[in-house]
Amino acid sequence: MTVNVVGKRVKRVDAVAKVTGKAKYTDDFMERDMLVGKILRSPYAHAIVKKIDVSKAKALPGVEAVLTYKDVPDNKYATAGHPYSLDPKHRDREDRTILTKKARFVGDEIAAVVATDDLTAEKALKLIDVEYEVLEPVLTPEDALKENAPLIHEEYDNNIISDFGYQIGDVEESFKESDYIFEDEFETSIVQHCHLENHISYAYVDADDRIVIVSSTQIPHICRRIVGQALGIPWGRIRVIKPYIGGGFGNKQDVCLEPLNAALTLAVGGRPVKIDLSREECMIATRTRHAFKYKFKTGVSKDGKLIATHITAISNNGAYASHGHSIAMSAGTKFRPLYSFKSIKFDPVTVYTNLPAAGAMRAYGVPQIKFALESHMENIARKLNMDPIEFRRRNLLGEGYVDPLNGNKVLSCGIHECIAKGKELINWDEKKEKYKNQTGIKRRGLGMACFSYASGTHPVGLELAGARIVLNQDGSVQLQIGATEIGQGSDTVFAQMVAEVLGIPVDMVHVVSTQDTDISPFDTGAYASRQTYVTGMAVKKAALEIKEKILNFVWGMTDIPAEALDIEDANIVYKHSGEVVMPLSKVAMQTYYDTVFAKPITSDTSNNARVNAMSFGVTFAEVEVDIKTGKIEVVEIFNVHDSGKIINPQLAEGQVHGGVSMGIGYALSEEMLFDEKTGKPLNNNLLDYKLPTIMDTPDIGVAFVETHDPTGPFGNKSLGEPPAISPAPAIRNAVLDATGVAFDRIPMTPQRVFEKFKEAKLV
Amino acid sequence: MGKIAIKVTVNGKKYDLEIDPRLRLIDLLRDELRLTGTKEGCGEGECGACTVLLNGAPVNSCLVMAFQADGKKVLTIEGLGSEEKMHPIQEEFLKQGAVQCGYCTPGMVLSAYSLLKKNPQPAREEIKKYLAGNLCRCTGYDKIIKAVESASQKGVSRDD
Repeated sequence: MTVNVVGKRVKRVDAVAKVTGKAKYTDDFMERDMLVGKILRSPYAHAIVKKIDVSKAKALPGVEAVLTYKDVPDNKYATAGHPYSLDPKHRDREDRTILTKKARFVGDEIAAVVATDDLTAEKALKLIDVEYEVLEPVLTPEDALKENAPLIHEEYDNNIISDFGYQIGDVEESFKESDYIFEDEFETSIVQHCHLENHISYAYVDADDRIVIVSSTQIPHICRRIVGQALGIPWGRIRVIKPYIGGGFGNKQDVCLEPLNAALTLAVGGRPVKIDLSREECMIATRTRHAFKYKFKTGVSKDGKLIATHITAISNNGAYASHGHSIAMSAGTKFRPLYSFKSIKFDPVTVYTNLPAAGAMRAYGVPQIKFALESHMENIARKLNMDPIEFRRRNLLGEGYVDPLNGNKVLSCGIHECIAKGKELINWDEKKEKYKNQTGIKRRGLGMACFSYASGTHPVGLELAGARIVLNQDGSVQLQIGATEIGQGSDTVFAQMVAEVLGIPVDMVHVVSTQDTDISPFDTGAYASRQTYVTGMAVKKAALEIKEKILNFVWGMTDIPAEALDIEDANIVYKHSGEVVMPLSKVAMQTYYDTVFAKPITSDTSNNARVNAMSFGVTFAEVEVDIKTGKIEVVEIFNVHDSGKIINPQLAEGQVHGGVSMGIGYALSEEMLFDEKTGKPLNNNLLDYKLPTIMDTPDIGVAFVETHDPTGPFGNKSLGEPPAISPAPAIRNAVLDATGVAFDRIPMTPQRVFEKFKEAKLV
Repeated sequence: MGKIAIKVTVNGKKYDLEIDPRLRLIDLLRDELRLTGTKEGCGEGECGACTVLLNGAPVNSCLVMAFQADGKKVLTIEGLGSEEKMHPIQEEFLKQGAVQCGYCTPGMVLSAYSLLKKNPQPAREEIKKYLAGNLCRCTGYDKIIKAVESASQKGVSRDD
């Protein structure tokens, strides 16, 4: 292996297509006579359809079909992008139908029309007469948990989706051993992914009577199964195609449009129908990030050792279960490999409310718990009069930790090095000294926060990935995977992996970027920061297999034993000397056209990864707070990651930049607002929802501490989601450092900050 | 609805078209001329993904009616450079790793191009101000700024 492309700043394999405008996204394909599908949404957060009359809409010229809940299969299904489980107890809660008679949030899907064009479809929606019986909306988890609260889903006894938790050790006993007990409460807000490409799909029935759905999805193979379940048709009759996609961040790890889209094309005899959500629809009718309320009760010893923590959490899941309690359980699981506690009790409850459904979003419940835990840690350090970094260091677990509940092992851990690096980058000691005793209007402060995360979902979820490699006549290869490129750069790192193993240049690896469930190997898709780790294993396996086949073929051609051969720079060489035996292209031609021995070389593999590597990292932030206006400016921010071996530093930096930017928005500006009485969304657009613009985003410093995890295909661990985890608590802790005011809620918008400063008598 | 006639030059090519007066510029480009490089992210001028240049000035093509382009020149991403001969800004986006999902990229590149035409050596803050109308959720903007800086250092000029 002399090519050595793993670890290099290889250019993205899809960048030329994207930068020239040639890359085709779902909306860029033109089916002939594509019809338009639009959705009638409930204006009420909680209501029952008493009467619905679609006759006027149906009579409008240009309207091809109008569907209500009466016209779609009455199959309850779950939309979360999880692998199917053979164990019914392990499946997601099936609580929705394609269209609904009962509205459970403002924007719920009551009816849908298919028309020849947008304007006709819009007009038709207005011609549908609906009589609603308006019910009392349940808009907070506390109200949802009240006895006699109105039921959002009548088939269940209460509004609790689940309250399953765990206990390790005995916290009550451990509290008795503790010298101090500290208690804190924290709250996070509902935010949204805001990928630039809204949810979009189109569907038609092909000549073989199969339903073809082209969709902006992170999970084509899972999507196929869920459409089958929703419509009650065989899964093999459905074909899902995923072209380039304009961002997902977890929101497209949910099956939002496709079942309805399939129903719509079936309603018009299989003609193509497109559903293209507006930004306003996308922000309420896809998924959001769960708002959490956390209570921490933590026992600590005099010398600053954590002994026990009892965590109580309420997760606001909105109207439908989607990923549901998995989010809370992910939170309760992924923080464990970081700090040592003798006992932990985790008591989460996930509840329905009449708000948009929350689902998967980058780091899956962990930004919420880490905002709370790292803020709590900071508060404790201050009360103990200890340096916050030293306090954390004393409690770090590190290598060798075995999780008592899931058995996952920490086989590589660079958290100490990450902290040291971040501290140095931000010039911690010097600045800390300088910012002592500030009294002016603008005050500066420093904060930090640590995190741990997983690579994939093992052992909770199945971690299956497939890869197929074909050797072409010219010695190039194409790689097919079921894993999806959604902007994070997975296609490029897979190309690097194949090039590395096969000994060919990256540009001789063609990655088929489109996933098509009829053709692509099975893989569950883009989520849980799993692909470079889990799919990487399958890609490596496929590359090793095809290499072995190539060298065996050469053995047949030359009588040189395969063990004595290698491939370097697209040549077959002697392993010991590097002397060229023949070009790879010559072997490839023989495999296709030798009249006796021709046998084209392919590998088609699948890998069931029954391992999970823990990644670690830290954010260091410096803020300047304007006491008079409540405005917080992030002056400097550094994220340092232990993601194992970095396959492509340039792409890795890009992941960190984007994640930190998302984390800054989470800390300071992003929040979905709803009318407190009616549940109507107030800011479901990109003007009123404060996504960080280029002006709001500071320079973001990135560093990596490269460990080598023995379970990763190249020593690598997760990286996609982790950067979004720790910026918010680091910023919150920096604000505390600057002002002495301990915020317990994000986002820290100027309004909220100003009010809190007034309370603290700073203004 | 009756159609109206317009003459418009898109990427240097002249078109005589009969269009629905309700058509937006983005629809004309994407649906009629099949130039799908221009992306739509919000349809109300908030995200900048649909940025094109109208007589050299950046506009959100979702907020401009197609007939307003009558007698004018439009530049889309397809007209800026090709796979064979990319514009230096496109090359720098590539080199600096400023592209992730790619959905904001065409609009971002055109805004940057418009900036460098006006101000070939912008300061970092000037770049940020000029690109403030183009949202990106993937990159944290860092490498986009680097790409524009680096293109600027190479010297960008081109007549349209």
